Amino acid sequence: MTSVKEGLGDKRGDVLMREQTTPPPASNAAGLQSASVMSGRRREARFLWLVPTVYIIFLMLPIYWLLNMSFKTTNEILGGFSLWPRSFTVASYVEILTNPVWYNGYISSISYVFINTAISVSVALPAAYAFSRYRFLGDKHLFFWLLTNRMAPPAVFALPFYQLYSAINLFDTPWAVALAHCLFNIPLAVWILEGFMSGVPKEIDETAFIDGYSWPRFFVKIFMPLIASGIGVTAFFCFMFSWVELLLAKTLTSVAAKPIAAVMTRTASTSGYELGLLAAAGVLTIVPGAIVIWFVRNYIAKGFALGRV
Amino acid sequence: MDKTWNNKAWFMVLPVLVLVAFNAIIPLMTVVNYSVQETFGNNLFFFEGVKWFQEVLNSPRFHASLLRQFAFTGLILLIEVPLGVAVALAMPRSGPWVAVCLVLMSLPLLIPWNVVGAMWNIFALPDIGLLGYVINAMGISYNFTSQPLSAWFTVVLMDVWHWTSLVVLLAYAGLVSIPDAYYQAAKIDGASRWSVFRFIQLPKMKRVLTIAMLLRFMDSFMVYTEPFVLTGGGPGNATTFLSIDLVKAALGEFNLGIAAAMSIIYFLMTLLVSWLFYTLMTQSEAEG
Repeated sequence: MTSVKEGLGDKRGDVLMREQTTPPPASNAAGLQSASVMSGRRREARFLWLVPTVYIIFLMLPIYWLLNMSFKTTNEILGGFSLWPRSFTVASYVEILTNPVWYNGYISSISYVFINTAISVSVALPAAYAFSRYRFLGDKHLFFWLLTNRMAPPAVFALPFYQLYSAINLFDTPWAVALAHCLFNIPLAVWILEGFMSGVPKEIDETAFIDGYSWPRFFVKIFMPLIASGIGVTAFFCFMFSWVELLLAKTLTSVAAKPIAAVMTRTASTSGYELGLLAAAGVLTIVPGAIVIWFVRNYIAKGFALGRV
Repeated sequence: MDKTWNNKAWFMVLPVLVLVAFNAIIPLMTVVNYSVQETFGNNLFFFEGVKWFQEVLNSPRFHASLLRQFAFTGLILLIEVPLGVAVALAMPRSGPWVAVCLVLMSLPLLIPWNVVGAMWNIFALPDIGLLGYVINAMGISYNFTSQPLSAWFTVVLMDVWHWTSLVVLLAYAGLVSIPDAYYQAAKIDGASRWSVFRFIQLPKMKRVLTIAMLLRFMDSFMVYTEPFVLTGGGPGNATTFLSIDLVKAALGEFNLGIAAAMSIIYFLMTLLVSWLFYTLMTQSEAEG
């Protein structure tokens, strides 16, 4: 009972308690006992918010530390431990935003992420419709085979991908990374969209066809608006997995299309301890994710359940 | 939903099929090629049969990284799933705090994996990192670059930090889908907190928890970037998991045959688990 919408649960607990504790002397032992259990549970409910709060604090600590470092000077960082920047500086951010090596990293990351999201969602839409509405020869095997690609370890594909994309002259372009990321993003997109589409009753399709809609017109005019939130969530997930992946992105680029994440690893390894710069670059990679997440906040739980709750 | 039989649906699937096949089948065939051949440079290849497979399956190095991999994945599942469910149970079901909680909790999931590694590196440095400093100040000697135990602790804690939110979000999605009527019925029956969890919440979360556990299994099974950036697989080989070992063999040592044979064994293992996953999923979907 304590876990139901808390306010409501609390009020009901009050009512129950009053009923059980106030009755005249005749109240039996069981009544007393349950009353004490109730008040115990109420106390528990009052402190329940502590669990997510502590968890969120744990999540925020390393992020705070990164922010803290990004505003320190190199001297201060190497000088010793301090909980906040004593000599506050934005020099690291200025360096990143003015040095082409750094900001080109951001541009190429964002460009392959967008290309990938656009490709994945647009090819997954009709496919997900087919899987959710029709049975066809080999459909289950095909679906399973698609899923296996989401499960394949990228490390397995690193070397062959390098050779494949060199052979077709796409090496070191955003297109190579965008296409390579399709390997796991398309199956995921099909999977999530299929979950959302299966929630739309089939009668809607049938009515539209009787009304004389052609399939493409029906799909764009009627069906897509119905699953708009699903499309948004799918785009979010494609964005997310393309944005966070590094192994393939690093393998498929060398200079021109180097993603920001790879620029960071290079800095970390070549120029030794430029921790402030590294921290500032890290903070800037968190920003796009935080912005995108804000837009899908109401659908995010359902999206992570792949539209299948 | 009963579906109509329609083979023309293949045309709708075709673009997906072409793109994924291009990315999956050509590289996979390259790997298969390498796994059965020996090269002495100059693009000259000789057929070697199953030699590489025998070598990999008998090598202590592979056994060691496989063992480390299972230990890591097991630990991750044991910590993250119960913790995630506990946090989801304690979260408010409605009100303005829900969105705040969800956004803040999803934040770690959207950070590029190597930034996660770099962030934890900075966070855990023994002299200037918050975590390392605090642990050392408590009188426990801690240094993740030289002590295997510290390295393991840091890698596991980092993964808990990074991925527990996924379990929370999935479990939470399952919890909010339970109608109020269930709880009211439980209250009328005088059900205890535990039996509400055991007989109402847990069965309703079964499907999402299956997804959560298997996603966590698979993603931790192919973990590469975060531990690589944090510890580089060290100290020694203490945190060299399968993917790290594989990339070392393929891109570091250019041991193509060994790496390819390893890839295939690795891939078959994930395939087995995917199949298990798929069967469980479709079964629970059939049950409703």
